[in-house]
Amino acid sequence: MNITHHFDDATLMAYSAGSLPQGMALLVACHLHWCPHCRERSEQTDAIGGALLNQLAPTRLNDDALNAVLARLDEPEQEFASVKHDTVSSAAAAELPAPLAQMLGKPIDQLPWKRIGYGVRQLDLELDGPGATRLLRISPGVSVPHHTHGGNELTLILRGSYNDEIGRFCMGDVADLDDDVSHQPIVDTNEDCICLIATDAPLKFSGLMGRLVQPFIGL
Amino acid sequence: MQENDAEGGDVNAAAITPQNTTSEERRKQVRDEWSACLTNLAETRDKSEFARLFGYFAPRVKSYILRLGMPDATAEEVTQEAMLLVWRKAHLFNRTKASASTWIFTLARNQSIDRMRREKMALYELPEEEPDPDHRDMGEHLVIEGRMKAAIDTLPENQAQVLHLSYYEGKSHSEIADQLGIPLGSVKSRLRLAFSKLKAHWGEDA
Repeated sequence: MNITHHFDDATLMAYSAGSLPQGMALLVACHLHWCPHCRERSEQTDAIGGALLNQLAPTRLNDDALNAVLARLDEPEQEFASVKHDTVSSAAAAELPAPLAQMLGKPIDQLPWKRIGYGVRQLDLELDGPGATRLLRISPGVSVPHHTHGGNELTLILRGSYNDEIGRFCMGDVADLDDDVSHQPIVDTNEDCICLIATDAPLKFSGLMGRLVQPFIGL
Repeated sequence: MQENDAEGGDVNAAAITPQNTTSEERRKQVRDEWSACLTNLAETRDKSEFARLFGYFAPRVKSYILRLGMPDATAEEVTQEAMLLVWRKAHLFNRTKASASTWIFTLARNQSIDRMRREKMALYELPEEEPDPDHRDMGEHLVIEGRMKAAIDTLPENQAQVLHLSYYEGKSHSEIADQLGIPLGSVKSRLRLAFSKLKAHWGEDA
């Protein structure tokens, strides 16, 4: 994978600080699985948290806190996390970054896509807001109507590619956009473009086409 | 809301710190000691080592969790859970990738997010078996963290402010923008500026 588009520093800092909405944090974790460059940067943004932790004035715990924890050290661990791994199909694991494969459990082509017209299918992941998290599957030659963003929009390309005013985005790339940017992505190969999109506020479509489509896409 | 707890924290830190060194050297040795302590813990499973780590880190973790806005009883509980994870996951600590305080920070952060979301879904962490993608020297992170701490202290106030609101209070960039009455773009550019200054203290990557 040849990744050329990465996160803004501010986005990685929000990820390290734990202040991203669930869907955006999922998307960042997915890109980190694929991108050693951003993984190293995220170690740096984590280290800011470590340095700050050292600077904090300590707060007294309950008197029995240490004994309460010591008493639990030999408890058997609950294994809910590993059960989940077994249900992930190997096909999903092969084509999706691990956090998304674990959540979906199925490969891309077996997901319950919903047609929303104009050569676009979507799957809403129904995560906690603010904002929305969805997979979009866009047919070749189709363009998403021109839109800006009320807040931030992160896009991770899972398959295929698109072109917009900013550049060409291929598998593994992320587009990290905020309210300064207006763009109109166009799928530029013969393959569907499948991406994970997470926002922290509704998108704003511009132009007549955009206003018509907005109620249906509900982005 | 917060009480200083000298016994819980700094006495233990001093106990493992040799005398007659400058304060910067001493701080670095303290950090080095904690990373060594955590590394040993994975092998020895020595509960008295764990109690030592607990004495230093648990009161700081609790301060951090309180700052995220949790009530005291919840913060106490989440702190204890986070420290239990330190014991259980100690074998995953890799001192070439993070210092002890950074690693414990990420555990405490994840535990807090899990609690706040009240979801059964596991947090999206890097998989534990992920091969180490880089080959930094042992201990380099400790040096970096020490320099970074010094650098944080020298940030201009408006950059330090957004850094603290983001990391300490877990506020989103939009919430910070609303709170300070500045555009979202300004929040992000202040954070970027702060990060580029901190990175300059990151060693060769500067």
